[in-house]
Amino acid sequence: MGQHLVVCVVYPDLLGTYGDGGNGLILAKRAAWRGIDVELVQAPSDRPLPEADLYTIGGGEDGPQVRAATTLAEEGTLARRVEEGAVVLGVCAGFQLIGRSFPDASDRPQEGLGLLDLTTRKGSGARAVGELVATPFAAAPSAGTGVSLPRLTGFENHGGVSVVGPHAQPLARVELGVGNGGGDGTEGAWSGRVLGTYLHGPVLARNTALADLLLGWALGRASAPVDAVADLEPLDDYEELALRAERLEAVGAPDAHGWRRVLDRVRRRD
Amino acid sequence: MTVRPTARPLPPTGVRASVAVAAVSAVNRLSRALGRGSGTVAGGRAGLALDPGLLTTLARGRRVALVSGTNGKTTTTRLLATALAGAGDASSVVTNETGSNMPAGHVAALADAPDATVAVLEVDEGYLGRLIEETHPEVVVLLNLSRDQLDRIAEVRMLVDRWRNALGRLPVAGAGSTGTLVVANADDPMVAYAAGTAPAVRWIGAGQVWHDDAVGCPACGGRITYADDSRWACDRCDFARPAVAADVVGDELVLADGTRHPIRIALPGQFNRANAAMAAIAALPLLEGVGERGADGGPATIDLVLGRLASVTEVAGRFSTISRAGHDVRLLLAKNPAGWTAIFDLLDETGDAGSPVVLSVNARIADGLDTSWLWDVPFERLAGRSVVATGDRRLDLGVRLRYAEVDHDVVDGPLAALDHALGRSDAKVPVEFLGNYTAFADLRRAR
Ligand SMILES: [Zn+2]
Repeated sequence: MGQHLVVCVVYPDLLGTYGDGGNGLILAKRAAWRGIDVELVQAPSDRPLPEADLYTIGGGEDGPQVRAATTLAEEGTLARRVEEGAVVLGVCAGFQLIGRSFPDASDRPQEGLGLLDLTTRKGSGARAVGELVATPFAAAPSAGTGVSLPRLTGFENHGGVSVVGPHAQPLARVELGVGNGGGDGTEGAWSGRVLGTYLHGPVLARNTALADLLLGWALGRASAPVDAVADLEPLDDYEELALRAERLEAVGAPDAHGWRRVLDRVRRRD
Repeated sequence: MTVRPTARPLPPTGVRASVAVAAVSAVNRLSRALGRGSGTVAGGRAGLALDPGLLTTLARGRRVALVSGTNGKTTTTRLLATALAGAGDASSVVTNETGSNMPAGHVAALADAPDATVAVLEVDEGYLGRLIEETHPEVVVLLNLSRDQLDRIAEVRMLVDRWRNALGRLPVAGAGSTGTLVVANADDPMVAYAAGTAPAVRWIGAGQVWHDDAVGCPACGGRITYADDSRWACDRCDFARPAVAADVVGDELVLADGTRHPIRIALPGQFNRANAAMAAIAALPLLEGVGERGADGGPATIDLVLGRLASVTEVAGRFSTISRAGHDVRLLLAKNPAGWTAIFDLLDETGDAGSPVVLSVNARIADGLDTSWLWDVPFERLAGRSVVATGDRRLDLGVRLRYAEVDHDVVDGPLAALDHALGRSDAKVPVEFLGNYTAFADLRRAR
């Protein structure tokens, strides 16, 4: 495509507790395998945030989460880049901090970046820990021309409860697990090209369609409507498809059969 | 020389404690008869249910050493027990061998060895405070702290705070108490911060391969920077690597007085030399307490103790070599990103660059249910090797290896995976088998 794509992992020194760096790696490899000129940047919190087309923000402990939000707000690059059309994936603590507010370790509300209309408070019950399966709403962004985003599968581990406000849309309906936890059975949220989820850590490993949606956004024109994602060459995702199928089957999700058939097609890539 | 008032454990006092001890032994025997492993945890649980203070009772009158940390605690516990048992009667030292490192496991081990005067206990990081309170240890060994089983274990900084509280309450040497000596790894800022509250610390430069959980300063939130010579310091406050009593440099232990002492152990890898150094330093005050003498009649020396550690060739199967279809297969255990990184260092240091590698990953309760950590492990370092992925979560592993661009096959079952690796390599090339906790146990059971 003759385009130079920059993928930036935001503050891995603060937000990288759960293998979150995997999302940046997956995005960069999936671009590179398609012949796209891509650069993967790890951005530490003591340096100015680089100019990038796609930012991933991961999970972390309470203290680092507050520091990351404060630093990003003071620093300003992320909000400006979002104005200019950059894509953001926020995961777990990263999802909470791109919202309007989230609780710190002492349960005091902290100001988020406000990139998503989302408010998070501490949940009253136990932490949500376990497999999470959710089906994207019909209104969720499509994964390519005429292709709707398939079911999302992953692992969640959070104590926060998030409510999506009117200026953002929930991403998916929870089939199994907790998700946003606000009582409306939703999981994740999106608005423009900013998307957040409680599917924590390397969420894109099991959800390559979501990875390609983010790449499609980042490769498309900034002024293009959000459902006009750039079409990407398909990749040999046998292993990812087998993993998805196996995880859905393991948690008893409906219509999750035959992962071994998918696995049979796993081939050595010599 | 320190003189301690009691050299032998006191019998459990009170009817309740006696009944509880009897219950531990009975359940242990029953569990063993039923073939459920060593039954240690079941027996310990039964005993603690009858008498919640049982651990205190069982530890009373014994000289106790505790070993904790994310990685290396089973090995270090074994090495320390070996150093102490070498002083004479091996039955005088009791240890929780089977990796049951929570109070039920400690109770079971102690109840099974009423005559042991010395107890070396491996302690789960989350239980260190309770063990300190209930066993009044003479020595506490702190190895390292990094991310591990994030779905159920407290986050690293939460553990650091708990350790800090517990270590801050340790007794000071003096009136009626010999005090507790903490032997701590000065190269891990999380350990250094935690042990900073302890009244007496012997700092050892034991190395640390994994820095990702100690980038932020635990004292002030500043940034820890690492120099090439393993020194580290916060860029905002005065928190920095403490001055050490001994440094592990290659295969030598260099004491503060400049003397160098070879660490010649059979266990492979730099991290095991570090474990040996920690064990040897921790052993010295305990040996002094039992009147152990060196060859010249003086106090037991570091060389004497290090020499004893050479007899350990494997620890619960870890680092052992088995034979399959004419190939040597080395069995290695790694449970978290820091552990896997250390094992990759070991492969580079001691392995054959052409050795096929079988990786086995499970995500059962004992392993942690979340496999996200696979993305923190630098599997890219296996590029160029022939790799086979197996275990319950072989598909997660396969996807991780795909993005690491490591050539791999996915095979069901650890033995089939081993055979597949053997079939793909020249005869007589050794094979490395790396598994996480239950995956490692699965292979040992299958063969
Ligand atoms: Zn500091």
